[in-house]
Amino acid sequence: MQELGKVEQASVRVTPDGENRIVIEKDLSSEEMILNMGPQHPSTHGVLRLECRTDGEVVIEAEPYLGYLHRCFEKHAEMTDYPGIVPYVDRMDYLAAMNSDFAYAIAVEKLLDIEIPRRVEFLRVIVAELNRIASHLVAIGTYAIDLGAFTPFLFCFRDREHIMSLLEWTSGARMLYNYILIGGVAYDFPRGFVERTAEFVNYFRPKAVELQKLLTENEIFVKRTRGIGMMPADVAINYGWSGPMLRGSGVEWDLRRVDGYSIYPELDFRVCVPDGRFSDIGDSLSRHLVRAMEMEESLNIIEQCLDRMPSPEGFDPRAAIPKRIRPREGEVYGRAENPRGELGFYIQSDGKSTKPVRCKARSSCFVNLSAMKELSQGQLIPDLVAIIGSIDIVLGEVDR
Amino acid sequence: MGLLDARITKHNVLVTSVDNVMNWARLSSLWPMGFGLACCAIEMMATNASNYDLERFGIFPRSSPRQSDLMIVAGTVTMKMAERVVRLYEQMPEPRYVLSMGSCSNCGGPYWQHGYHVLKGVDRVIPVDVYVPGCPPRPEALIGGLMKVQELIRMEQIGLSRAEALKKLEEKSVDPGRLIEEARKGAKAS
Amino acid sequence: MISPAVEKARVVWSVISEKFGDAVSPLDENPTMPFFEVTRPELWLDIALFMRDNPKLRFNYMACLSGVDYPEEGKLGIVCNLESLGEHGYTIAVKVKCDREGGVIPSVSRVWKTADWHEREAYDMFGMTFSGHQDMRRILCPEDWEGFPLRKDYQVQENYHGIKVPY
Repeated sequence: MQELGKVEQASVRVTPDGENRIVIEKDLSSEEMILNMGPQHPSTHGVLRLECRTDGEVVIEAEPYLGYLHRCFEKHAEMTDYPGIVPYVDRMDYLAAMNSDFAYAIAVEKLLDIEIPRRVEFLRVIVAELNRIASHLVAIGTYAIDLGAFTPFLFCFRDREHIMSLLEWTSGARMLYNYILIGGVAYDFPRGFVERTAEFVNYFRPKAVELQKLLTENEIFVKRTRGIGMMPADVAINYGWSGPMLRGSGVEWDLRRVDGYSIYPELDFRVCVPDGRFSDIGDSLSRHLVRAMEMEESLNIIEQCLDRMPSPEGFDPRAAIPKRIRPREGEVYGRAENPRGELGFYIQSDGKSTKPVRCKARSSCFVNLSAMKELSQGQLIPDLVAIIGSIDIVLGEVDR
Repeated sequence: MGLLDARITKHNVLVTSVDNVMNWARLSSLWPMGFGLACCAIEMMATNASNYDLERFGIFPRSSPRQSDLMIVAGTVTMKMAERVVRLYEQMPEPRYVLSMGSCSNCGGPYWQHGYHVLKGVDRVIPVDVYVPGCPPRPEALIGGLMKVQELIRMEQIGLSRAEALKKLEEKSVDPGRLIEEARKGAKAS
Repeated sequence: MISPAVEKARVVWSVISEKFGDAVSPLDENPTMPFFEVTRPELWLDIALFMRDNPKLRFNYMACLSGVDYPEEGKLGIVCNLESLGEHGYTIAVKVKCDREGGVIPSVSRVWKTADWHEREAYDMFGMTFSGHQDMRRILCPEDWEGFPLRKDYQVQENYHGIKVPY
């Protein structure tokens, strides 16, 4: 047919047998839709609300709305004395409570003038690394179940139960321990704990490999996570990312090496950065791989600590804890490497009272999640789930 | 299944009351809407996982309130979240039960004193049937709480209101303190 | 005995005070957190850009931006912890203060994207506004919450949407 002209969205054409036909062409335009994910949602890892503006299946922008779990940690910190804040710190990042306690203890001990006994340092590192493995297991298990794979969730929680019973044996609680106190730890390891932990390390090594095979070598998992949520390294640093998120973008930044707190400078472990063989550097699969590799490195750290620990003869875990914790006047920003990134505490003390004047928790997930708006642009709705899972948020820490 | 099997092979006819059958059906397949908010949610997930398997009780977590008959409020309810809790509760079809898991949803938990944004107990906005104390409650404690909900369902009858069923449950339940006292007295005597 | 942190902070401070003169206070050389205060808050954005882009400093990573209440001075303020990640390895803290009622601090959310949400949180908890911030609203408390919770004279409201707030 020969086109004679265009009128708005219609054109007049002449058919081969000489008749005029009006052909109306209208392109399929779509309107913007606002879709609300959460706050009650199986895949948002807690009470997070994502307001997605979508054009069909493609997300234009997904903005996170927080505050559904704001439990006023900083107000409690101003009204409670320093040792009493430790249970509140536990409950912020409840999956990595030992690591959170560790960061808080490091921050406050900078303002006190005490010397931590060597065995206490080893105890702290062992429980912190055990908790790191447990936290990564939950991260990987829930990431898999968000994407539809049910089995890794059960495997991860089965192995996590072993860690929880070990930590319950030494501290008395399964999840929120109140164990790493300012100036020491609450209890020494019970008799037989070292052997059991060594058994667990040997038991878990092949299980970690099995978990890798289930997920990383699974074509569906790779297809859903490779190339999704790319974040270049310099933008990540500008956003304030830390931990596995930053290492997933290729930056070798681990506070255990950079700050060198506790006994980490004596231990031999590598900073896990993806090498680009299985994933694109900066995507969700890289971040998942960093967590999987970190679990193995934590096992190495635990083994080294168990070998080198000083003997428990005449050891009192609470020996160095002052009777009344009254830090000198000053301010400090102390931080440690949480499984999710950098957990920092800005503490301002006036030297006279046993309560902090200001205690601000710089939470890793809060900062990691702030990039969600940019990461989600142009993704499909199922990819949003893959991105949130790879950020590994814990809403208790985001909202404090 | 053994008891039922024996009765059926012997007589081929089973006689019971409609109440019993309905209650048995309901309590054997309680589908909770796991409303996991905070740390208690992780213990709830651990209870669902293979070590403390909840599925052997017929309890299978559902994500939508429209398909569930039990709401486990696990974690701290904040002021911002309180209205959403009410909305979700209203979306559940009857008969519906609410189990408050953990200190925070029982009474505000460790945040009761200075928590300006924390709702001091979810029973300020929705009616709760069973409270499970703990911070967080062990999986065994949660299973105990769920069995209490099952006992409550056994007390139900057609035409009986929920408040009366709860009162019946309270009358039938045993006070553990009294039992412990009696056991101690018996041990001291012997 | 000067700690290495204070030595590095002296280097950083000398570069900044060379450019900005009396807009920055002298360096507070405490060993746990060396800091300086920006005495002229209106130049804070320029100082921030200088700290991020100057090749001798390269502060590309903002670790934390905390709001603080100074009730004796009658002021509010922020404390920023900055770090030069992967480059020079410097760390330093910067303080900026403003009035309690109607205080305004220039926003640095376009310099470090970390500051975006941290400034919203400081506004939510303390009440100071950040000029130039693209989205200044509450982030943790609900939109219609009354008062600024982390101020030292905060009183909890009795009712929120009909629900009793105190215990």
